[in-house]
Amino acid sequence: MKDWSAVLSREERTAFSLRALYAENGYEKYRMSKLEEYDVYARNKEFLVSENVLTFTDLDGRLLAMKPDVTLSIIKNARLGAGEVMKVYYHENVYRAAKGTRSYQEIMQAGLECLGAVDEDALLEALTLAVKSLDCISESNVLELSHMGIVGGVLNACALSDGGKRAVLDALSRKDLSGIRSVAAQEGLEESKSALLERLATVYGGIDGVDEALDVFCVDGATTAAVADFRGILKGLKALGLSDKIRVDFSVAGNRKYYSGVAFQGYVEGIPTGVLSGGQYDGLMQAMGKNGKAVGFAVYLDELRR
Amino acid sequence: MRKILNVALPKGRLGEKVYDLFEKAGYGCPTIKEPGRRLVFENLEKGIRFFWVKPSDVGVYVERGAADVGVVGKDVLTEYGSDVYELLDLGIGKCSMAVAAKADFQDDRSKPLVVATKFERIAKRYYAEQDREIDIIRLNGSIELAPLLGLSDVIVDIVETGATLRENGLVVVERFADISARLIANKSSFKFKTNGVENLVDGLRKQIGTNKSDD
Repeated sequence: MKDWSAVLSREERTAFSLRALYAENGYEKYRMSKLEEYDVYARNKEFLVSENVLTFTDLDGRLLAMKPDVTLSIIKNARLGAGEVMKVYYHENVYRAAKGTRSYQEIMQAGLECLGAVDEDALLEALTLAVKSLDCISESNVLELSHMGIVGGVLNACALSDGGKRAVLDALSRKDLSGIRSVAAQEGLEESKSALLERLATVYGGIDGVDEALDVFCVDGATTAAVADFRGILKGLKALGLSDKIRVDFSVAGNRKYYSGVAFQGYVEGIPTGVLSGGQYDGLMQAMGKNGKAVGFAVYLDELRR
Repeated sequence: MRKILNVALPKGRLGEKVYDLFEKAGYGCPTIKEPGRRLVFENLEKGIRFFWVKPSDVGVYVERGAADVGVVGKDVLTEYGSDVYELLDLGIGKCSMAVAAKADFQDDRSKPLVVATKFERIAKRYYAEQDREIDIIRLNGSIELAPLLGLSDVIVDIVETGATLRENGLVVVERFADISARLIANKSSFKFKTNGVENLVDGLRKQIGTNKSDD
């Protein structure tokens, strides 16, 4: 067979390695049309990375959109019986507004979704595949994990206003301690609560390194349960031999309305931005009227062009 | 092998103050003080490389990974919305973001407020929070002139002592955000040069003496 490796770009080579990886692990290829009813995005705007969607009117008058996202279409079309699991992967172009410009951009994404009766094994498998996806790009990589139950639970425990929560999450995504402190002061939080919020930004490290530090977030029933859930996942990842690739970092953000459980982001050395992003989004399943849970991630192949 | 940390410093007075802080923290690079037009200076022994860039470009260098860390004013950082970590408030270059107007200014809420500023995004957000309709005029300098010539009702700009405003017959209407120099880091560099970045943050924090919250 002809050897194509010399002809393919890094982006293309990686895309094919990822497809092979997902197929070998029992995920089925999911092919979809370039277009989707605009309504799907209008109803779930907050899930999208950017609110801008490229729309036009079809010949029959329906408002269509060039897909800005693949996950929503997969969930929309999922037909899940009780106890069933749907495991699919995709390799598609999506259309989003490019940052800092006033124009749309075509972005190649590959990724996978596991929907339905997602148990701990399925979750760990998805996380393992996320690490292996990063390995396909570069050996030097890290997968950063946050837990929305812990972050959301701590925000609730501090009884912040909605605006205060948004401001803290914004500062947290930048690891901005002085920003967190100033929101805490504006909201009149006592010193111990302010310190707790700051800990969200400063706890960072490998599975063993942060284990003890997680205790500080057990402030009520909900956060204690979230910490126990997170510890269980971290323990599972450790048992799979992934300790050296995993970092715990609560600055990894996900929309709290849709994400529950872990949210993660992958980085490889030499590429300045995250190349992989995903998480558990049971809330999105509910919002779209589906039963069951969901976990998935996308790899941003366009970052490999540089 | 030790990884070199690339640092983008803002050209100008603030940058020189920042460099002094780095030097005191043990990241000196003696050649930087030699006169000349060079923009890149390195001290391989200390594992550090500095380059001077335009202050408003520091965020771009860091976000795009050309620099691992950089120092930039909170004003510029907020205006450009760079996607970076903001690891430390260096407590220098302190000033405020403020609204200023002529002393006899009266806000007439029956019509849009005309705002002249260099900080379009900050001004828009500030007035959006108050549901105030504005007409924004983006200027690149001498903002104080705008109300004097009737170009705008108010200006949104950084104010340090307020001396420039006073000399031009303007008064501060409201100071609404504190500004100071921030140490920022590229998100990816933070993962792969964690020790280098954390040691730098610790060293600088000791110099500014705000060793308060972190452990």
